[in-house]
Amino acid sequence: MASKVIHAFYNDDDVLMHAVKKVKAAKHHIEEVYCPFPVHGLDKAMGLAPTRIAITSFLYGCVGLTVAIVMMNYIMIQDWPQDIGGKPSFSYLENMPAFVPIMFELTVFFAAHLMVITFYLRSRLWPFKEAENPDVRTTDDHFLMEIEIHDNEQELKDLLMDTGAVEINITEK
Amino acid sequence: MYTFSNRLKIASFILMAVGVLGIGIGFMAAPSTVEEAKAIVAGHGDGHGDAHAVAEGHGEEMGHGDAHDASHDEHLLHQLQNKPWAALYVAAFFFFMIALGVLAFYAIQRAAQAGWSPLLFRVMEGITAYLVPGGIIVFVILALSVAHMNHLFVWMDPEVVAHDALLQGKAGFLNGTFFLIRAAVFLGGWILYREYSRKLSLAQDESNDDSNFKLNFRISAAFLVFYLISESMMSWDWIMSVDPHWFSTLFGWYIFASMFVSGITVIAMVTIYLKSRGYLPDVNDSHIHDLAKFMFGISIFWTYLWFSQFMLIWYSNIPEEVTYYVTRIADFNLPFFGMVAMNFLFPVLLLMNSDYKRVNWFVIMTGIVILAGHYLDIFNAIMPATVGDQWFIGIPEIGSILFFAGLFIFFVFRALTKAPLQPKRNPFIEESKHFHY
Repeated sequence: MASKVIHAFYNDDDVLMHAVKKVKAAKHHIEEVYCPFPVHGLDKAMGLAPTRIAITSFLYGCVGLTVAIVMMNYIMIQDWPQDIGGKPSFSYLENMPAFVPIMFELTVFFAAHLMVITFYLRSRLWPFKEAENPDVRTTDDHFLMEIEIHDNEQELKDLLMDTGAVEINITEK
Repeated sequence: MYTFSNRLKIASFILMAVGVLGIGIGFMAAPSTVEEAKAIVAGHGDGHGDAHAVAEGHGEEMGHGDAHDASHDEHLLHQLQNKPWAALYVAAFFFFMIALGVLAFYAIQRAAQAGWSPLLFRVMEGITAYLVPGGIIVFVILALSVAHMNHLFVWMDPEVVAHDALLQGKAGFLNGTFFLIRAAVFLGGWILYREYSRKLSLAQDESNDDSNFKLNFRISAAFLVFYLISESMMSWDWIMSVDPHWFSTLFGWYIFASMFVSGITVIAMVTIYLKSRGYLPDVNDSHIHDLAKFMFGISIFWTYLWFSQFMLIWYSNIPEEVTYYVTRIADFNLPFFGMVAMNFLFPVLLLMNSDYKRVNWFVIMTGIVILAGHYLDIFNAIMPATVGDQWFIGIPEIGSILFFAGLFIFFVFRALTKAPLQPKRNPFIEESKHFHY
């Protein structure tokens, strides 16, 4: 599906923020904004749904904690009980303090790594992936706002020029 | 300007009056002879057998090696006589440490030149106003201990020291005179910084340059150095030395974490209270959110220290160290593990969600649990060595809490009326007003 989109370039994040608010106020749908760095509050201004990655993080943490408990129980209690420092490993509960650091570390490990992997999957990122940003300048010092055109090219152009865009291109997508 | 509402003032007086009553009953009910002590324990029925075991464990430490039964009874008498004193001391220290924790938080904000918090400075200064009355009361209790009015600190008893080689070795540090000198130096330093910084803070409002602000920044940085050393030594003196044979190298940090999280919790609670009464119009949910983040984070920090201390001692299992936890787990099982639930599980689960940190009543409810948990923390630190298995959270304990809560509310809110609640000329006040997450 080939559709026409308008690319508006900005060179300042404050100008961009105001532009986004103006475009939203004029009831246009912003397809995407490409930034060289994360802009604080941009997601709220664009009206994006809040992230649910924190929920996945909590669930991954629970998985990590469970893995640690099951693993230590198998290794230290069932498979090969050892007498360490006069504390024979016959009961998980009685030896629990010794396992707390492992339980903590695996909780953090699972939460952190699986959350990053989830983020990559959700953002469709993987090694050697072709970059999706339409202009290389968005990796340097320019911000780019992409809006789809529905027979309102001139209106959008005027609006975007008004918001302080430094350059406006129209391309096929 | 804030005006101390009559309802709150009356409430604080009622708390104090009921508290005095409870404390009085506690002192009246304390036995004065061995016979009375035995009658009290017999009345409770089951206490006697347990007390016996503890007395045996303590027998050597207390220097009552011979005449075992008589010494056991006398030990019981001392424990019961200690009870109202210990209840008073725990509550006095707990409310004092809230003010001290706030003072540390305030000094850190000043030294870091934080941009988000200047709107809360007057609240913090109001809470630290309690340092003077609270500090004097703690000092008087310590001085009365040195004067042998009670047996909270066993190393203060010359007869005990005479039979105890370890205490003789520590006598150069642990002796009544030096103990009180140190206490006076610590309290003097903290109060001096508080009063001076407050003066500069008020002067900044009326001045036409930032010299007061800069000077406040410098003295706060210097104060933090003094604070870290003095707070650590204070925790050895006032808390760790009730178990004079036992020591832990991270104890100062552990008590610091407790006072820090209690202090931040009280800042959040007072702020939310003032906001609900229509004051502090520029304080927004993001400020509460940040305070709640600190409550969450420092609760975990406290748990980290609590567990670090516990695990090393549990694992190495050296008799003179592990006795500390053996008595706590045997005789204080519920408060000991209950405090971990209240200070760790509760705040972690309730404050983990980002949105909940902005819900004011949620922060208040979690704050109440955190404060109760950290009262228990101090309770668990003082009681095993002073009253042993005769502990109970009854009239003297609750009376002491009510009395000091009333005193705390009275002095804090009285101090809040003394100056406008919003600093006028703090260079970061605009940033603080527009602070958003």
